[in-house]
Amino acid sequence: MGKLSLRFAALGYLALILIGPIVMMVWRTTEDLDGAWAAITDPDTISAFKLTLMVTAIAVVVNTVFGIVCALLIVRGRIPGRGFLNAFVDLPLSLSPVVVGLALVTLYSTQGWLGWFQRNGYEVLFATPSIVLATIFVTLPFVVREVVPTLREIGTEQEQAAQTLGASGWQTFWRVTLPAIRWAVIYGVVLTAARGIGEFGAVAVVSGNFAGQTQTATLRVEDAYQFAYGNYAPAYGIAFVLAATAVIILIAMIFLQPKESRY
Amino acid sequence: MSASTITEAPGLPAPAAHRRERVSSALSLQVGLVTTFLLIIVVLPIAAVASKAADLGWSGFWQVVSSAEAVAALKLTLAMATLAVLTTAVFGTIIAWVLVRDSFAGKSVVNAIIDLPFALPTIVAGLVIMALYGPRTPIDFTLGGHHFDANVTFTRGAIYLALLFVTLPFVVRSVQPVLIELDKELEEASRSLGAGEFTTFRRIVFPNILPGILSGVAMAFARAVGEIGAIVLIAGNLPFKTEVASVFLFHRISADPEGSAAVAVVLLLISFAVLLGIGGVRWHVTRHERG
Repeated sequence: MGKLSLRFAALGYLALILIGPIVMMVWRTTEDLDGAWAAITDPDTISAFKLTLMVTAIAVVVNTVFGIVCALLIVRGRIPGRGFLNAFVDLPLSLSPVVVGLALVTLYSTQGWLGWFQRNGYEVLFATPSIVLATIFVTLPFVVREVVPTLREIGTEQEQAAQTLGASGWQTFWRVTLPAIRWAVIYGVVLTAARGIGEFGAVAVVSGNFAGQTQTATLRVEDAYQFAYGNYAPAYGIAFVLAATAVIILIAMIFLQPKESRY
Repeated sequence: MSASTITEAPGLPAPAAHRRERVSSALSLQVGLVTTFLLIIVVLPIAAVASKAADLGWSGFWQVVSSAEAVAALKLTLAMATLAVLTTAVFGTIIAWVLVRDSFAGKSVVNAIIDLPFALPTIVAGLVIMALYGPRTPIDFTLGGHHFDANVTFTRGAIYLALLFVTLPFVVRSVQPVLIELDKELEEASRSLGAGEFTTFRRIVFPNILPGILSGVAMAFARAVGEIGAIVLIAGNLPFKTEVASVFLFHRISADPEGSAAVAVVLLLISFAVLLGIGGVRWHVTRHERG
């Protein structure tokens, strides 16, 4: 009886908080398919999706390289401050994205420490570079967090064997370490991409939100909602495309999860 | 053959001293890269905003942070985050337990969709909550003369529900692996010694999963305090009523950059406190392993 009531509590909660709302969101999108489709195919929406994908791609590449190097340093580097580094990398996970946006605005504004760029025509704020910087900031921890435990698990025996056999540091990395951590890296990449596509708060502060230029997909959803005037089909339509992307990412996450940690 | 001819043979490892030098130069390259990157991407922006807040001086800082609207926004944020995280802790633990110890049709699907709030953009999460709990909600009925509907837009209920949605996976995913590892025999032994279900849970299961719950709770709390995307569309953002700290800060940025820096520093301090808390839990959990 205890088991049944717990099952009922768990599934009931999920129905109210997760499943019900998602089903209703899909339902709302189908209420006005023409309106939703018109919003999705609007040139400004397409430009927003292109910007989101480009920014996310840059963030993924940068944070994959950084993530691997940083994880190697945390696990293998015999240097003081490793524990601090390990904790510090988590900061973007616990920081309000609006604070991240404001921090970038403060740093790169014309009177900021790095205001030189903005003053001399190399626009950072209210342009693509600041959107890229904000996205890199908020997605920083994901690859590190996935690679660190895997590196700890595989140990150093194989790497030592490779070096004893005469492999250089690079050869050891490419032929032994990287293949061993590749699934963790890919899983981190998927999480980075999901967070990058979905970023809202930080980008909303730095981008300037100009339709067709610096408006990302999530900002486009907000815009469509704010100027809905009772017609929410455009907002639901664009949101539906983002939600479908999230579901594809989720499916990728399930297939990429290392077997032993699958629930 | 003597040892020296072996080390000198082509294609064999360089002498140890030589190699150590190369390894350490690779290490300093790594240290340089990671430090420079973190400095440019994370430390400089945060230092810039902290320095701007410091320019206000203590009294200026305090004036902004203690203004009625800022205090109301911070209080609301902390209260809502606490409420939501407590709910998430209870139901997240129950869901994790059901996913590990129970079996029913469709369990793997249920398990898979738990991560959806992680994958879904937060602005979409806001719309998702609004679809069921917004205007035209299908939960709308009259019972015994009392009309009831689940439209929570522009109320604190909207903030609460949005936070429940975005924080859902944290506790589930931090408790689940601990429950899987937990030896079932311990629980069986406890039961066979005459302990009831509740006693077994309280004395055997709960102490083991508590660190998992706490680390999930800390991450969820940090997330809830900083949340904006899921809240901004449905809360209405009415000052003193439904305006959370992130939204308050967002609205203030263009009008008052210095003052907003002060609010940002307060949020930053909350984040540091949460990070310290998580570090504390990790330290506490691994203390036996370290010996």
